[in-house]
Amino acid sequence: MSDTQNLTVVQAVRDGLYSEMREDDDVLVLGQDVGKNGGVFRATEGLYDEFGGDRVVDTPLAESGIVGAAVGMAAMGLRPVPEIQFSGFMYPGFDQIVSHMARFRARSRSRFSLPMTLRAPYGGGIRAPEHHSESKEAFYAHEAGLKVVIPSTPYDAKGLLAASIRDPDPVIFLEPKLIYRAFREEVPEEPYTVPIGEAATRREGDDVAVFTYGAMTRPTLEAAENLAEEGIECEVVDLRTVSPLDREAIVDAFERTGRAVVVHEAPKTGGLAGEITAIIQEEALLYQEAPVKRVTGFDVPYPLYALEDYYLPTAARIEDGILEAVEF
Amino acid sequence: MSVFDRAYDDPVRVLDEDGEVVGDVPDLGDEELVDMYRHMRLVRHFDGRAVSLQRQGRMGTYPPLSGQEGAQIGSATALAEGDWMVPSYREHGAALVHGLPLKQTLLYWMGHEAGNKAPEDVNVFPVAVPIASQVPHATGASWAAKLRGTDEAFLCYFGDGATSEGDFHEGVNFAGVFDTPTVFFCNNNQWAISVPRERQTRSATLAQKAEAYGIDGVQVDGMDPLAVYAVTAAALEKARDPEPDRPRPTLIEAIQYRFGAHTTADDPTVYRDDDEVERWKAKDPIPRLETYLRSEGVLDDERVAEIETAVEERVADAIDAAEAVARPEPSELFEHAYAEIPPELRRQREEFAALRETRGDEAFLEE
Repeated sequence: MSDTQNLTVVQAVRDGLYSEMREDDDVLVLGQDVGKNGGVFRATEGLYDEFGGDRVVDTPLAESGIVGAAVGMAAMGLRPVPEIQFSGFMYPGFDQIVSHMARFRARSRSRFSLPMTLRAPYGGGIRAPEHHSESKEAFYAHEAGLKVVIPSTPYDAKGLLAASIRDPDPVIFLEPKLIYRAFREEVPEEPYTVPIGEAATRREGDDVAVFTYGAMTRPTLEAAENLAEEGIECEVVDLRTVSPLDREAIVDAFERTGRAVVVHEAPKTGGLAGEITAIIQEEALLYQEAPVKRVTGFDVPYPLYALEDYYLPTAARIEDGILEAVEF
Repeated sequence: MSVFDRAYDDPVRVLDEDGEVVGDVPDLGDEELVDMYRHMRLVRHFDGRAVSLQRQGRMGTYPPLSGQEGAQIGSATALAEGDWMVPSYREHGAALVHGLPLKQTLLYWMGHEAGNKAPEDVNVFPVAVPIASQVPHATGASWAAKLRGTDEAFLCYFGDGATSEGDFHEGVNFAGVFDTPTVFFCNNNQWAISVPRERQTRSATLAQKAEAYGIDGVQVDGMDPLAVYAVTAAALEKARDPEPDRPRPTLIEAIQYRFGAHTTADDPTVYRDDDEVERWKAKDPIPRLETYLRSEGVLDDERVAEIETAVEERVADAIDAAEAVARPEPSELFEHAYAEIPPELRRQREEFAALRETRGDEAFLEE
């Protein structure tokens, strides 16, 4: 048993970067304020002192330049880990993400691969200004050639980040900033990976399967505990990767319960909940006891913070959603 | 004095429009000069054949390059074998000089993805269609070389329209900040489809945009292959082996003209005058170099005729070879999205295979 440290999610991200940079000289970090400042959320704290300005690079303020330069670096065999300061600012780099990051391998018939991991804090709940709270993982999950990973615990944050950096293909690694510092967990000091594409069962139960990921995992678990007091046992599945989805885990949990609720903070229309519902329809229709319930953000621009509590799914909303599925 | 110490609107010239020497002839051997001439003749002929193949329905939409041979062949001749080329989508001639077989270029425009896979020992990036999007790639790739301490230089091509895009500015700015071994080569062919150079920028030149990023900017007569060679060679040399107090990256603006359409889907008669085309055709890089080489006694009628015959044969062979390539195996659709195919995609591939098995390929194909 190796030594562990008691870390928050953002400390685990930092620890993951540190471990991978120690393991592999080809790993480097670039972005705005990632160097001396250590990142606006401190996700790269201390890395500059440890690895120097050639591997922890403060770039000009230019998202397309950051992603595009990382594409070029990765094509030449480095493992760049570009950071976009907030996922709401990924759009200036969107063309590079979908036109090149996702397609370089296919376009070159695998002569080039892009072992790059684009990190960004995402999601709401921290009273941030406009454009700092978006949850647009569906854009990237819709794009073939990318993988999209969203951790919900410190242990997973480090292990999934390591797996992403070591992956031969490009990964969009979205970090739920609402839980960056919400709790701690024992995290091994040594490097390890958590496989991309595998969901984790966070709670077992026979009455209803609740699928979620990222920051919504905690209110979902809270709702499940509350309902347990009323005798309703929820299976809570944390997807951890939204592309590729763990179909097997989704189908398996659904077949055992016959009922499903999907929880995410992203808007409802075109969101991952629709995809998960479709998987259930395609693979497990005959097990279905109730309509699949979606508890999500609304189809409105993410609100300024005075109203964000009303926008984000809460334990109470999730409980209502679960009750609807259970009582159908 | 360095070739970069000059006014932005003072293009480097070696040969005038009549092939008379008006500048410093670069130090190239006779055979290298003949190779440049041969390559220009080759891609001019290739270009005509490619347009014709498109008209006959034997090739998809194709972007012609005629008029731009001087810039393409002159610049690519300056590359060392280990250097990298980062093209847009019109650099068939430059890519040929740097080792990409003509067959590959044909295959790509005939709709085969395999055309974009350069052989392992040919340092050419895949075609980039979104305008200017390859500029940050060139910066990143050359930055990687610098970080690793290798000495390749990177030559990145784009057009005049690309200089309006954010990616041009972001890529060149990064190169300036990180002093990467990159040469940005702007093929200013005067038109971004139908929009003239004057509508791209209020700047008097594109070369002067380098000033904003603290790198060298220089104009060259893009229809003078020897001038293009000289400028590109100097820029690549500086990228590889930086001079004190000079930035490694360079922005080259090569002034030239696309004689034909933007692509075979475009009709330039809608937006430009015949007079203008004729004026530029008088600057054609091919007769210009030919006149010079004849005056130097390097070329004569016999040699020119030999080259012409060889060029026609080589293009015909490449077309035969490309057309002999069968339609790609349809299952290839699924092969290169990821290094390891994810489970859902595997399912889609199996479903597709089962459908082909039961319904046959005629269920998919119209012909």
